[in-house]
Amino acid sequence: MTAINPFAPPRDDQFFVVPVFGENADVERPIPFWEKLWNKGWLRKCLIIAALAALWQAYGVFSDNSLLFPTFTDTMEAFRDNIVNGVLPARAWTSVRVLLIGYALGIGLATVLSVLAITTRIGNDFLETLTSMFNPLPAIALLPLALLWFGLGLGSLIFVLVHSVLWVMALNMHAGFLGVSQTMRMVGRNYGLSKLSYVMKILVPAAFPSILTGMKVGWAFAWRTLIAAELVFGVSSGQGGLGWFIFENKNQLEIPSVFAGLFSVILIGLAMENIVFRKIEEKTVRRWGMQH
Amino acid sequence: MTEKLLDVRGVTLQYRTTEHVVTATHRVSFSIYPGDRFILLGPSGCGKSSLLKAVGGYLAPLEGEITLKGKRITGPGPDRMMVFQEFDQLLPWKTVTENVVFPLLATGKLSRKEAFEKARHYIDKVGLTRAKDSYPHTLSGGMKQRVAIARGMAMEPEILLMDEPFAALDALTRRTMQDELLRLWDDTKFTVLFVTHSINEAIRIGNRILLLSPHPGQVRAELNSTDDVSHIGALETQIHDLLFA
Repeated sequence: MTAINPFAPPRDDQFFVVPVFGENADVERPIPFWEKLWNKGWLRKCLIIAALAALWQAYGVFSDNSLLFPTFTDTMEAFRDNIVNGVLPARAWTSVRVLLIGYALGIGLATVLSVLAITTRIGNDFLETLTSMFNPLPAIALLPLALLWFGLGLGSLIFVLVHSVLWVMALNMHAGFLGVSQTMRMVGRNYGLSKLSYVMKILVPAAFPSILTGMKVGWAFAWRTLIAAELVFGVSSGQGGLGWFIFENKNQLEIPSVFAGLFSVILIGLAMENIVFRKIEEKTVRRWGMQH
Repeated sequence: MTEKLLDVRGVTLQYRTTEHVVTATHRVSFSIYPGDRFILLGPSGCGKSSLLKAVGGYLAPLEGEITLKGKRITGPGPDRMMVFQEFDQLLPWKTVTENVVFPLLATGKLSRKEAFEKARHYIDKVGLTRAKDSYPHTLSGGMKQRVAIARGMAMEPEILLMDEPFAALDALTRRTMQDELLRLWDDTKFTVLFVTHSINEAIRIGNRILLLSPHPGQVRAELNSTDDVSHIGALETQIHDLLFA
């Protein structure tokens, strides 16, 4: 046999071992309680928030100027009072409702534009031109114009909201579509799907990580725009939102309530990010192994 | 005499890069009969993958024509299911079963119940019963390719198109997959057009082998394969000489 190496000494000492696993061997061992607790993301984040609140409180007590910088406990008190008397929930709901309408419209329009962009070349040029023109334009800069066109009220708010969501969403969605692998595209076409179901059943799920990013960024943009717009004119048909709440309380020098208003904005943002978007991520991109 | 299933007549294929127009194949002809395990074999640059894509309907021939059961191929369709080399051909947002079921439902071929039954049948056949509810990212490369094969076979296409499906697998898994494919063929006698650059794989899997020479791809020979162990070596040498002499 030539398989034997002529340059090495002969080795006839072949041996075989059947591995026997020890009876009491430590194959599996539970993770210690504290480590398990520390693995919970929400707990770590709560700790961070608690630390920030403590810092806030310390600085508030130290500066001792409730007009400029109320303490954390003062803010919480104002927050509680405003919840109990129903003002804050009503204001928050007004804002969230407007926000959701604008957000949904923005996403819908973005979907239409991106689908057109991925299916036709002229649609692609159209989207690219529009996003490069309008994406850098701050939504709030359009507000004077919107007020002129739609008057003081819901119409103007929704107009600026759609503008703030649309471009960033379309940009992300389109980038996501372009990033779908050639193999997956061919698989989709192999099934003989129609254009629309090809987009909805193959491209959208395959581009979902980018779409989700677009949704998150769009959500944040929408919030900023809405609060800023409400600060400018606030009352729409007699009922203001959170921005108006902040503005009103500033005028009355109810600074803890101003902080409480800001605090609500933060709370809603945290809830959206950590509950809604997190759930969507868990059910989709994480489960599919597209994101870790 | 049986009817030809797939007929490729004088097909010239070209594709464009940003700078050049490249001729992938030049007037290639061959015919496939039902139950054939037909191999396109050649070194890289011989246009074998382009030919497969043309049969799949992704690439239109510049001259010549490709007909399936006498009907000209104009675009991709579920009567020619593709199994790709890449592991990302499974839809990551669907489980193994859902991946196999999806084309059955999307094409309206079967009802929900029948589709799931058929999917289960073929998943059993490729030995993935235990993984049927797993998502693709949890599977090994070999398992992913098995799912792709199950998906292709469940559609019961006129012809299964395989583009180097085992090329990205390790040697051991590759060998097992080849044996499994042959066993599946023994069961159902499907028709398959298989692209490979491995002479050994071509002889093991195929019953008929088309040899292509590169730049541009042209037919060098069309041979019968053998399963007689004593002839395999001679055939391998013969093919080797044809391709590299």
